[in-house]
Amino acid sequence: MGLNLFNKLWDLHTVKTLESGQDQLFVGLHLIHEVTSPQAFQMIRERGLKVAFPERTFATADHIVPTESQARPFQDPLAEEMMVAIEKNTQEFGIQFFGLDSRDQGIVHVVGPEQGLTQPGMTIACGDSHTSTHGAFGTIAFGIGTSQVRDVLATQTIALSRPKVRRIEIDGALQPGVTAKDIALHIIAELGVKGGIGHAYEYAGSAIEALSMEERMTLCNMSIEGGARVGYVNPDQKTFDYLEGRPYTPKGEAFDRALRYWQSIASDVDAPYDDVVRIEAEIIEPMVTWGINPGQAIGVGRALPSLDSLMEEDRESAQLAFEYMGLGERQPIKGVRIDVAFVGSCTNGRISDLRAAAAVAKGHRVASHVRALIVPGSKRVRDQAVEEGLDQIFREAGFEWRDAGCSMCLAMNPDQLVGREVCASSSNRNFIGRQGSPTGRTLLMSPPMVVAAAIAGEVSDIREFQTAGTGA
Amino acid sequence: MEELTRKQIKGSGIAVRGNEIDTDRIIPARFLKCVAFDGLGESVFYDERYDAAGAQKPHPFNDSRFAGATFLVVNKNFGCGSSREHAPQAIMRWGIRAIVGESFAEIFAGNCQMLGVPAVCLGAVEIKDLMQAIEKDPQLEIELDMEARAVRYGDREVVFELDEGVRTSLVEGKWDSTALLMANEGAVREKAQSIPYLNAFQNA
Repeated sequence: MGLNLFNKLWDLHTVKTLESGQDQLFVGLHLIHEVTSPQAFQMIRERGLKVAFPERTFATADHIVPTESQARPFQDPLAEEMMVAIEKNTQEFGIQFFGLDSRDQGIVHVVGPEQGLTQPGMTIACGDSHTSTHGAFGTIAFGIGTSQVRDVLATQTIALSRPKVRRIEIDGALQPGVTAKDIALHIIAELGVKGGIGHAYEYAGSAIEALSMEERMTLCNMSIEGGARVGYVNPDQKTFDYLEGRPYTPKGEAFDRALRYWQSIASDVDAPYDDVVRIEAEIIEPMVTWGINPGQAIGVGRALPSLDSLMEEDRESAQLAFEYMGLGERQPIKGVRIDVAFVGSCTNGRISDLRAAAAVAKGHRVASHVRALIVPGSKRVRDQAVEEGLDQIFREAGFEWRDAGCSMCLAMNPDQLVGREVCASSSNRNFIGRQGSPTGRTLLMSPPMVVAAAIAGEVSDIREFQTAGTGA
Repeated sequence: MEELTRKQIKGSGIAVRGNEIDTDRIIPARFLKCVAFDGLGESVFYDERYDAAGAQKPHPFNDSRFAGATFLVVNKNFGCGSSREHAPQAIMRWGIRAIVGESFAEIFAGNCQMLGVPAVCLGAVEIKDLMQAIEKDPQLEIELDMEARAVRYGDREVVFELDEGVRTSLVEGKWDSTALLMANEGAVREKAQSIPYLNAFQNA
């Protein structure tokens, strides 16, 4: 019997089974950012330790960087202190840092793939739950806490228990207007926000194979919202084509050798799984969240559930969501008025996301009561968008065009909701207070749906929206 | 002196009800703007405990009857969302030594292990009973016996589930894994020699 990709890579990277029964796993690529690393470096210093493999750690700054002006020093002294800390730490320990003065800075999960650092067959760790993004390349990629960042710095390994593997097979063709974001939200709504605990998700089937690399990243990114720390797609020709020619991708003969390794690690046809879930692509609709966790999502043409239609264990959270969101049972989600629109984040801040957003925005105007932001996921994405004239399309439509960072996904920089504002957001979490205001409200959706909402001033169905190209 | 193993923990409890309490609710992102974990304890559950004007809202962590609690008792998928270790750090620095819940998000549970804070799972009925017992008698003494895998209070004893590797690391005082992992440095270097992408794919 064959093996799945997850177990092949877990076996390859296991240094030892520890006395506790947990495995000591080698981390092939370690990514760090300014928020979850400073305490780890401090622990390393206090214990008089060295960084074991400094050439296997790469750093960027994303969470706290302002997107309006990135001039130093930052206006926020706490943010400036964190920026200084990562500059000092990476310099002292000999770690490559993609800082604000480099054209390679951006959100850590955008930068890794676009640099070619993320490659099939790796184990990848980062002090950030959306590290699952890198699974799009056929890797075991997972978020860790700061004490584990310390372990990876000190030893390039981590102690973990091997999870189970669930294959999620999605076959068929997606309906028009349905994106990878909608697949992710559909899966989470189906399997629940804790359905993936203790599991790695393998996404497979013809609908997944048809996705571009950037779409696969969006899908894997949100694995953690469904409770799965790891989500991955088996590597294929699209993966290899995406990687060829990137700064850290092997060149020449080394690339040919790399291909042989990358091809060898895909799941075998007869590989066993702990669980298999099958979903038909045709039934997935453009999705919108209505509540306070990403599982509280429905097709945009539908109405909020009634409490008695929900499973008992979901009712308390739904009741809290109705109160917090100011929405009611059986209310249609379409037509809910928004105040803010945000396209960006490690989920949907890549060039293909901006192209899809621009295609909807072209020739339209943002509704007068809506504040709308477009935030590229990296400086490379920003430069590419400018080269294609996307920034002009956005500006002419009334969107603010910003510099690279996490921005309004998580409220650690000046981009935040105010009061009870409602935000149509391409990010990944609709938690209470997530976007910076303790009473702010988030509706998660795909980038084209965010732009449609920005223009209409309310939640709209992208399938009914007239883009300029179709004669609006 | 701090105990170096987690064989047995005793003390009173505090119950925070609700499923899917995410790490943004446990410690809002603005409190992550820091280069050290010190001081996070007072900000735990901040936006749930205080309104915009800084006035206290009703919350167990604002209720003096539960001050000094050792055990935090929660419901399902506690600690979901962001991987921020600041969340269990804030809970621990407030004074909590162990968390008992219906289920925990995976990264949160891993972070608890790294800090030597047991996060153990009981069934829904057992959690409901324990929460009610705590609310009825805030001084109720609870005992977590990591060797017998049991939670005891009053005349009740409930057996819990916990990954055996995690349990062993806590019982034996080996949750701070850095030294353990460093002890295998030779094997780590050897492993690195066999991983294709660390060797220009010469051994692929």
